[in-house]
Amino acid sequence: MTLTWKKLLVPLSVLPVLFLLAYGFRTDPRQVPSPLIEKEAPPFALTLFDGEHLSLEKLRGKVVVVNFWASWCVPACYEEAPVLEAAWRAYRDSDVVIVGVNVQDTEEAAREFMRRFEFSFPNGPDPRGKISIDYGVYGIPETFILDKEGRIAYKHIGAVTAETLSEHINRLLGEAPRMEDRRKGHERKT
Amino acid sequence: MTADLGNIALWIALVVAVYGAVAAIVGHRQGRPALLDSAYNGVLVHCALVTMALLSLEYALITSDFSIQYVVFNSSRNYPVWYKIAGLWGALEGSLLLWAWMQAVLAALVVLLYWRKHLAFLPYVIAVLMGISAFFVLVMLIPANPFTQHFPVPLEGRGLNPLLEDTSMLVHPLLLYSGYVGFTVPYAFAMAALITGRLSAEWLYITRRWAVTAWMFLTAGIIYGGWWSYHVLGWGGYWAWDPVENASFMPWLAGTAYIHSVMTQEKRGMLKVWNLALISLTFALVIFGTFLTRSGILTSVHAFTQGAVGYFFLALLAVILLSTVTLLTLRADQLKTEGTVDSVLSRESAFLFNNLLLITFCFTLFLGTIFPLLAEAVRGVKVSVGAPYFNYVAGPIALGLLFLMGVGPVIPWRGGSWGGLGRNLLGPGVVGLAAGATAFVLGIRGPSVVATYAVAVFVAAIAVQEYYRGIRARRKTAGEGPLRALGQLFARNRRRYGGLVVHLGVALLAIGIASSSTFQVQREQMLKKGEALEAGSYRVRFDGITGSRGPTHVKVQGIFTVFNDRHEAGQMTPALRFYPRQQEPIAEVDYWIGFWEDLYVILGSFDREGNWAVIKVMVNPMVSWIWMGGAIMVLGTLLALWPARFRSAAVRGERS
Repeated sequence: MTLTWKKLLVPLSVLPVLFLLAYGFRTDPRQVPSPLIEKEAPPFALTLFDGEHLSLEKLRGKVVVVNFWASWCVPACYEEAPVLEAAWRAYRDSDVVIVGVNVQDTEEAAREFMRRFEFSFPNGPDPRGKISIDYGVYGIPETFILDKEGRIAYKHIGAVTAETLSEHINRLLGEAPRMEDRRKGHERKT
Repeated sequence: MTADLGNIALWIALVVAVYGAVAAIVGHRQGRPALLDSAYNGVLVHCALVTMALLSLEYALITSDFSIQYVVFNSSRNYPVWYKIAGLWGALEGSLLLWAWMQAVLAALVVLLYWRKHLAFLPYVIAVLMGISAFFVLVMLIPANPFTQHFPVPLEGRGLNPLLEDTSMLVHPLLLYSGYVGFTVPYAFAMAALITGRLSAEWLYITRRWAVTAWMFLTAGIIYGGWWSYHVLGWGGYWAWDPVENASFMPWLAGTAYIHSVMTQEKRGMLKVWNLALISLTFALVIFGTFLTRSGILTSVHAFTQGAVGYFFLALLAVILLSTVTLLTLRADQLKTEGTVDSVLSRESAFLFNNLLLITFCFTLFLGTIFPLLAEAVRGVKVSVGAPYFNYVAGPIALGLLFLMGVGPVIPWRGGSWGGLGRNLLGPGVVGLAAGATAFVLGIRGPSVVATYAVAVFVAAIAVQEYYRGIRARRKTAGEGPLRALGQLFARNRRRYGGLVVHLGVALLAIGIASSSTFQVQREQMLKKGEALEAGSYRVRFDGITGSRGPTHVKVQGIFTVFNDRHEAGQMTPALRFYPRQQEPIAEVDYWIGFWEDLYVILGSFDREGNWAVIKVMVNPMVSWIWMGGAIMVLGTLLALWPARFRSAAVRGERS
């Protein structure tokens, strides 16, 4: 039972299979491109938690970030909540609106969540899940970024990061203000 | 507190497992019996420690201890105690703990059963088993710790995935895991045989029962999974060629090939390398399946959440494949076959063809399962391989296997004459052809269905003929009554006659699958109150909607009155269950199971006032044959496994 070079080649034959399986880690089978990209965003009207009404059509001409969240979505929604609030504060003076759509939740839990993260951007429930169905929401959280013409420019699955948000918002605004700088400015003002 | 206990138990279990593996080999190599004994004891201690970890998590689940994250995500205060217990295998971390525990119990069983026996093999067997155990414990300690703490402690848990809230949750995973884990024992002995160079059939004899038992659990687990899918998922089917289903079916195919081909080595000293390769393949496929379900590289309705666990399982798979293939290559010279296939018309050639088909089947499944990955790697496109591909390739192979299953048991070893074979096959062949012709006359035209009926009936007829002949022979020679003769047949050749029962079960299963997949009737319609829908001989009338509150959900039931051939047959109440944390409601099917056909009703959507409802009605022919076939397969395996001594003692007792 000696190991010759020729014999060594036999075990090596399993390597291609292993490499192929390892390649699988680089891909995400859930990352299927959304058919809604570049299409007109489905219109919706939202009754906000503070009683106001919000209609997507009225926001035409602004960059709109629509975020689907729920208070039970641990940890992704908890990770992105401060990011969304910070982006709202950074961009609220520059034609950007962030809209939170609360999905499959109880009002009490949703309000508690909003208090915890000091949400100041418009948020409202989607009691029958109609909006999330129109947007093809598969899991929570998902974030859609709409351009000034009301088309869906970008869809993000999972917790959204500050970099992703500012990159797409800046692109759609056609300018390059740094979110970090804006936030600092905001803090100085208060 | 509970979490600390669990973690500490796991850490010590890891150390003990590694110690056991090393001590077994060192003790054996250096001829130190005391060290070897301590390795044996190590296996038992490891088992006790993993049991402690398992009980810790169960305790936390039962007492709703939400300081442990796993309990938060997989349990709820509202659950009945059974679901709390089943939460253990409801998600990744806990299922690994269950697996590790079964692995530990198995190793302990091996040590207790073979204490001071098979001394040439056992040190290596212990080393392999403890190596596998150490791996599972390591995975739980690093990427998938079931005892991770959760802060702040919530008041209520999130509960299991609602689809898992079913009594099947208490059965199916346990059966399946028992099958998976069971194959590690024959694999460990195969490795021991390769390492020590003791390559006679000894390791086969020792592990025969282990392999057949594992096969039985895997069979039962897969078929029970089909039943779960059928009565819970509400799409009217039992098998979807989902990657995870394939992941359980591939080791089954390889394992089936193995338990057949070992007979060739026992009787003729042939296929030695092949048998070692087959059991290794079976085990590698078990780990491959675990990797698939837990790595997130493919989408599947059954997949667990992903994470670093995938890298660990891929590493294990790499170690298994590389080490096994290297060992096989090194030992290839010593694995020269003793016998040769003397004739095409021999039992050994039938087994060869059977193996060829089973492995082709397995490879086809493997290819279809990983093809999306391959396509993306090579061409960068997303493709999916669905049921049509699998149905297309599986049909002919399955039919070929079915045919061999009939012929195999009646061809003698070493070869028989055409005349002898003709005598054995004539009767069953005629019966099978007659069944096919009857089906044709009754108006059944699909060639694959008619062929399946003919071959399945042929297989069943062979089994019946062999029983009849055996009983007749015993009545002549021993003058026994028919029942006693039947008992004696089993007592004297349990493997053969148990095996024939299994074949009979497969024949029923084949008929059930062919019928239900070909002749399903399906109707979907919106019904106003009082309106009815017709499907087959049934009329289903919509009478209204009622609501009720379950422990974890709100349930809306549709009330339907069913008429069969104009006679009122009863009421059916399919429902939708609404969970506060699920986007989509979950359908609760209502079904009537019958010998010839099942009526299966699904509520699609409804009006809150109860004025209308959308329903889907299916008439699924002969699905129950699948469950009966599965039960008979398990029964046959049990008959084949029945301990010899016990049996003959009973026979002696009868006589005295």
